[in-house]
Amino acid sequence: MADEKDTAGKEGTEGYPPMTPITPGGPPPTVKHTPRSNTVGPGIKASLEKKPAEPAGAVSRRSFMKWTLPVGWVAFSAACTSSLVATARFLFPNVLFEPPQAFKAGFPGEYNVGEVDTRWKDAFGVWIVREADGFYALIAVCTHLGCSPNWLAAENKFKCPCHGSGFYRTGVNFEGPAPRPLERARIVLADDGQILVDKSLKFQMEKGEWEKTDSFLKA
Amino acid sequence: MATAKPPQPFLSRTWEYITDTQIWRSIFRHGMPSTNRNRVLVVMTNVFLHLHPVKIRKSGIRLKFTWCMGGLTFFLFLVETFTGLLLMFYYRPTVAYAYMDIIDLAEQVPLGIMREIHRWGAHAMVITVWLHMFRVFMTGSYKPPREFNWNVGVILLVLTLLLSFTGYLLPWDQLAIWAITVGSNMARATPLLGHEGPGAQLLVLGDVPMVHAGSDARFALLGGRFVGEGALLRFYVLHCVGIPLVAGILMAVHFWRVRKDGGISGPV
Repeated sequence: MADEKDTAGKEGTEGYPPMTPITPGGPPPTVKHTPRSNTVGPGIKASLEKKPAEPAGAVSRRSFMKWTLPVGWVAFSAACTSSLVATARFLFPNVLFEPPQAFKAGFPGEYNVGEVDTRWKDAFGVWIVREADGFYALIAVCTHLGCSPNWLAAENKFKCPCHGSGFYRTGVNFEGPAPRPLERARIVLADDGQILVDKSLKFQMEKGEWEKTDSFLKA
Repeated sequence: MATAKPPQPFLSRTWEYITDTQIWRSIFRHGMPSTNRNRVLVVMTNVFLHLHPVKIRKSGIRLKFTWCMGGLTFFLFLVETFTGLLLMFYYRPTVAYAYMDIIDLAEQVPLGIMREIHRWGAHAMVITVWLHMFRVFMTGSYKPPREFNWNVGVILLVLTLLLSFTGYLLPWDQLAIWAITVGSNMARATPLLGHEGPGAQLLVLGDVPMVHAGSDARFALLGGRFVGEGALLRFYVLHCVGIPLVAGILMAVHFWRVRKDGGISGPV
């Protein structure tokens, strides 16, 4: 409360001399008025005395403004808002120059049992692993901070070069800072018999999603 | 003290609370501009307002006198800056991508008229800057003490034309390439600095010419002997960064000088 008291007078002009108009260089000017008579001029007088009779059906200034003013403001606000929305929409392109999320990865017969196929890693960021009973597609994004791990065939593991996270060939993490296994992508057979991998549908082991049918393609 | 006051309506209480916060008081360091002193403080403590005159003659902003052409030019510069910034999100200044990105901007990206706004704004800005100069000339506003600002304005005119010229190459279509080829060929004839210009043959070291097709003003402008990858990148950087930066600084000087030279000149 004491503070309030202190600041109470500060905003006003207390302590300042009364204001005089500021003019650069020189004393305040003597205000020059062109002498103006206080009597109302003939034109104004006339307009004050008799209101112009409105012809029937004519739109008065007041009723005209009563409708055009709100309509004008609404139209102006709508134009501003739609420009803003359109500008925001401009930042979201309709066409992307990125590799597609889904791709065909050849016929099942082209894969050798027990091998991790690294052919699709550069273009699509996916390893396809062929086990005895089928296929699964691992997404080549480390679950630690999003780097691309490498497949080390000699050590039979995926190893991330950034912080040393290691994953078994199943995708399960076993060393380094990665908190959870690699994600698997949807893998199915297309109509033409080729393997179809779709990264837009992901399966996480810790959620029990590796049990789902599309996460594993039975040979 | 507070209890002695009659109960205030909700809105004015809220307003009082907001204007009493540290955030508000650190931004607005004076009261409402309702007194002469506060009006001056508002102008003096605002970086944008302080470029403008504290007082303006009523006749000085009459549309018939100014045509508002300087203001319109500045407005168009802001439009060009904003739309240009948005276009930069999609446009890549390389021979492989430039033309395709322009097509992409027109046909695939939402709000395909963004580039057209930028282009029409550029045309309009060239027109308004000329009309502004015409008005200043016809009203005699180039006379002392405004002769310095006239010269700043002439430089700004040249920069506007250079912005237009450099932007013309960026679509990288046949029109752009050949227009810049023709336009930059004029630099060959620069006195001393162009290899076909007067005086260039005087700059020799023994038998070796200092100014030749690979070392003259045109070469520096294009970054090569013809309009190619180097020219596209140089024009892009000049268009988006170099010239707007210089123009922005000179505009601040321009507006500041208008104030310092007594505001907009009045009718005689």
